[in-house]
Amino acid sequence: METNNEPKILMEEIESKLNSINSLEELNNIRSEYLGKKGKITLLSSKMKDMNIEEKKEFGKNINKLKNVLENNLEKLRIVLEEKEILQKQEEERIDVTLPSTKIQRGSSHPINQIIEEIENLFISMGYDVEEGPEVESDLYNFEMLNLPKGHPARDMQDTFYINEETVLRSQTSPVQVRTMLKNKEKTPIRIICPGKVYRRDDDDATHSHEFHQIEGLVVDENISMSHLKGTLEVMAKSLFGDNKEIRFRPSYFPFTEPSFEVDLTCFKCNGVGCNMCKGTGFIEVLGAGMVHPNVLRGCGYDPKKYTGFAFGVGVERIAMLKYEVSDIRDFYTNDVRFLEQFNVTKKGGVTDESK
Amino acid sequence: MKVSKNWLNEYVKVDDISDSEIEVKMPLAGNEIETIKKISEATNLVVGKVLTKEKHPDSDKLNVCTVDIGSKIEKIVCGASNVREGIKVIVAKIGATLPGGIKIEKANLRGVESNGMICSLEELGIESKYVPERSKGGIHILDDEAIIGEDAIKYLGYDDTVIDFEITSNRSDLLSMLGMAYEFGAVYDRKVTLPNTNYQEIEEKVKDNIELSVQTVNCPLYTVKIAKDFEIKESPNFIKERLMAAGIRPINNIVDISNYVMIEYGQPLHFFDSDKLGKKITVRMAKDKEEMTTLDGVKRVLDETDIVITNDKEIVALAGVMGGLNTEVTNSTTSITIESAVFNPYNIRYTSKAVLRSEASSRYEKGIDTNRTLEALNRACHLLEKYAGAKILNGYVIHDEINKATKVINITRNKINNILGMDLDSITIINIFNRLGFQVKEENDNYEVIIPSRRLDISIEEDLIEEIGRIHGYENMKGTLPYSVTKKGGRSKKQEFIREIKNKLNGLGLKEVITYTLTSEEDIRKFTNDEFSYIEVNSPMSEDKKITRYSLIPSILETVDYNLKRNEKNCLFYEVSNVYYKLNKETKEEVKLTCAITGEYLSNNVKNEKINIDFYFAKNILENILTYLKLKDRYELKTDNLPKEFHQGRSAGIYIDRDLIGYIGEVSPNISKTRIYVIEISLNKLMSKKIRPLKIKPISKFPGISKDVAFTVDKSIKASEIETEIKHTIGRLLIDISVFDVYEGENLGDDKKSLAFSLKFQDNNRTLTDEEVMTLFHKAIEKIENKFNASLRDK
Repeated sequence: METNNEPKILMEEIESKLNSINSLEELNNIRSEYLGKKGKITLLSSKMKDMNIEEKKEFGKNINKLKNVLENNLEKLRIVLEEKEILQKQEEERIDVTLPSTKIQRGSSHPINQIIEEIENLFISMGYDVEEGPEVESDLYNFEMLNLPKGHPARDMQDTFYINEETVLRSQTSPVQVRTMLKNKEKTPIRIICPGKVYRRDDDDATHSHEFHQIEGLVVDENISMSHLKGTLEVMAKSLFGDNKEIRFRPSYFPFTEPSFEVDLTCFKCNGVGCNMCKGTGFIEVLGAGMVHPNVLRGCGYDPKKYTGFAFGVGVERIAMLKYEVSDIRDFYTNDVRFLEQFNVTKKGGVTDESK
Repeated sequence: MKVSKNWLNEYVKVDDISDSEIEVKMPLAGNEIETIKKISEATNLVVGKVLTKEKHPDSDKLNVCTVDIGSKIEKIVCGASNVREGIKVIVAKIGATLPGGIKIEKANLRGVESNGMICSLEELGIESKYVPERSKGGIHILDDEAIIGEDAIKYLGYDDTVIDFEITSNRSDLLSMLGMAYEFGAVYDRKVTLPNTNYQEIEEKVKDNIELSVQTVNCPLYTVKIAKDFEIKESPNFIKERLMAAGIRPINNIVDISNYVMIEYGQPLHFFDSDKLGKKITVRMAKDKEEMTTLDGVKRVLDETDIVITNDKEIVALAGVMGGLNTEVTNSTTSITIESAVFNPYNIRYTSKAVLRSEASSRYEKGIDTNRTLEALNRACHLLEKYAGAKILNGYVIHDEINKATKVINITRNKINNILGMDLDSITIINIFNRLGFQVKEENDNYEVIIPSRRLDISIEEDLIEEIGRIHGYENMKGTLPYSVTKKGGRSKKQEFIREIKNKLNGLGLKEVITYTLTSEEDIRKFTNDEFSYIEVNSPMSEDKKITRYSLIPSILETVDYNLKRNEKNCLFYEVSNVYYKLNKETKEEVKLTCAITGEYLSNNVKNEKINIDFYFAKNILENILTYLKLKDRYELKTDNLPKEFHQGRSAGIYIDRDLIGYIGEVSPNISKTRIYVIEISLNKLMSKKIRPLKIKPISKFPGISKDVAFTVDKSIKASEIETEIKHTIGRLLIDISVFDVYEGENLGDDKKSLAFSLKFQDNNRTLTDEEVMTLFHKAIEKIENKFNASLRDK
């Protein structure tokens, strides 16, 4: 009878102690005080050997119950205490998240090459190849085979850097047209886009640069018409500048295309209403284009009776200046970090649900 | 080409079309407009007559005038020195506006009331070069014929619009009022009326006064007429106003008529003083170094490409460009010999480029309508008779070897529609040809089109298609996409290679820059030891931009310098660009990749943490690229034979498979005080290396064993030498080796250093035993000790 009471007493003792535990350390102390090798419960159970079977059974049950209750409670308490201590540790480690971040350098493509890549990707998706040609170019490819013989009045339109009588720094990317057509020995259809640096004898100022970039496009196939040219340029204009943009053709003159056009785009600033940027016309001139002149096709081995083609040339700096409202072309060559940094952002905008 | 709308209205009705409509419609037909504006924006101006003029009681400079302006007599204060009684003047009434937004109001000038303003031409917005002598520096004095009270702007002919068209170089026909009239006629579907060319002739014959000899094929047509006994005076207002609108300063009626006809017909005329000229005209090519003095008083030295007009004694005109001073028409001239001719455009173009450009040459060099040469001569005679009272001699002297064949182009409706991508019917097409003034015969949708001689730009079917398209209007054309065999588009291997490297560099935090290709002689051989000839442009814009660069380093350093000066301390730039040079007279193209980096890569000022960019940082950028290209194991750095622009102790040549592909290193302190690191690689050389396709190696499931070892060696020994030797000695079980410590100190001796290596051993198929690792490890140590006279440190 006497011994039978001990677990109960111990239980009461434990319960009162559990209530006062405040740390994991105290918890561990209590664990070893009762459950350790020399713990109170362990010692109590050693008394069993002096009991009869009935007593043993009853006593053992009580001891086990006592153990279970204690272990369960300790475990519950441990979880609570651990959580509390971790929280407390985090509180102690609190920092000011508004302090400046650690600066890592941000890399980026040059804005001109960003535009070139955007246009390349669009045309690659329509089956065009990207072709390139040399910047030190022969007069033959830069002019003569483009229907601009020596002494042609239109050579005045482009003041060219000559290296000698037969060699120039190319004044346009159009010689790549000639090279591509000549290179194609089977005279199969062609769809190419040719980006690159070109040179003109211009004094550098806010709108002129003696070096700048062009992208040339050329399609040669059977039954190519001006309507195809217009459709293609419409796709480009909408893709580069937005679906609300329209283009219009103004007849013009380039010796290597006939008919030739200046292509205007809905004004960026006023969206066609008319403003000082578009001089009230609602349109901005963005590129030159036309149907490949039969002399050019013939000279490159394509029979103009069978094949027709269209070509266009875009000034990349001009596009970049219009699109991003850059007022000085020289900025692209000065490479001020503060200028370049501004282009190191997404040009696409977010992904928004149009149906909402 | 500046076009006076009033003048144009003489040939085609345009006075009912508003300026703003012209501004929209003409460009869409291919006629770009630079500006369109009124000659004078002034309003409410009348002709007045100065009745009295008295000194202002309280001013030396001002006068008080009474002016009859028709409706009343006004008191007006005027400061001009040339105001006087009896002259007719332009009066801005109360309420008038002048250009620049000036409004005329009742004013009190030093106590005297002034009811208006007497105007100068400048105040009307007229450029001072057009102001006649008598009105210079003061108010404009009108002719006596001006009627008091009438609109002064109208009287002067200033109620006119000037449209400045930018003419493309093929449309030489538009450099004339008649050409413009046909163009407006086509665009607006209106008929063109030609000018009056009638006049009386006297009995005296031209051919008795002139003997013409044309000795060059470069003058296929030369026509001569003579006019005499004229009165030289000021031109009538309409001629003066129209020339002014065209941008030509009126001189006197004779000179003005020559210019007027040139603008009207696009046919340059030249008037010689007949007495100074004599009776002979010879057209020939100039001799080399032959000299003459042109009308502007400048002595010109000619060569064999220039065409000249001579009187057998001396040169009297530089053909198609400008007359000679020796036969100039002056106020005492009584007889003129008129030249209307055609010259080879190529010669004129050459001459005007080499000698001088004039209104005449700018027309000749683009080609003129040879059917107008004689018409223009007759028109000049008509005007000389009418406005100078000239007597015109009978007949002509003509040299004519013009090819008179008419140009005919055959085209089908099918072809037109195929190229345009439209579906125009035959009526529409024929109507457009008619509007353009092209005669056309149609049969079953085939057209035979006769091209007027003025349209030198039209010679093939495509030219006609353009005419139809632009007159019909491209706004009516629908855009479609071409059908074709579907094929994949893409970039070349080279383009993809370059793109991958650029993406890698972007990811590493470098910013791409683009700098100029053209550089100076001073910079061309910097940062390289290579032998090459450079490519130089013939007529550079400046000394610093005349050669195509060989190294991109000088220009990229300029960019770094620009940014450093603006306190942008962290510059991590790269550029990929083609360079051009000559080797054995052959032009070579090479793609170079250049990086220039300086400053901090990573920084946090609050925490006082940063990573400064140094050689080893640059080296990692290099290795990042080489690792990406799977070339890292094949590269080495060698420090001998560096270009002098590199820091000699902190730079190296980059070698792959023993080929020098570029340099890496610090910019020499001679060039930059800031420590800037550059890498320049020939991408052509890099690209040409064969790279094995990617195969992933399995990651070993068995543990590895690490061992560290430190050697004391001579300072001159490079870490890489020891590394290579260890790798070589141990073989495939050594999967990684790296230097983890470098130490120099007194206890080692001045010429010694300690290098500590960390080695990792591992096998893919089994766990290595300590014994076999130790055997290999000791073998390697022994090898290093022997080969480099090294000693183990801190055993």
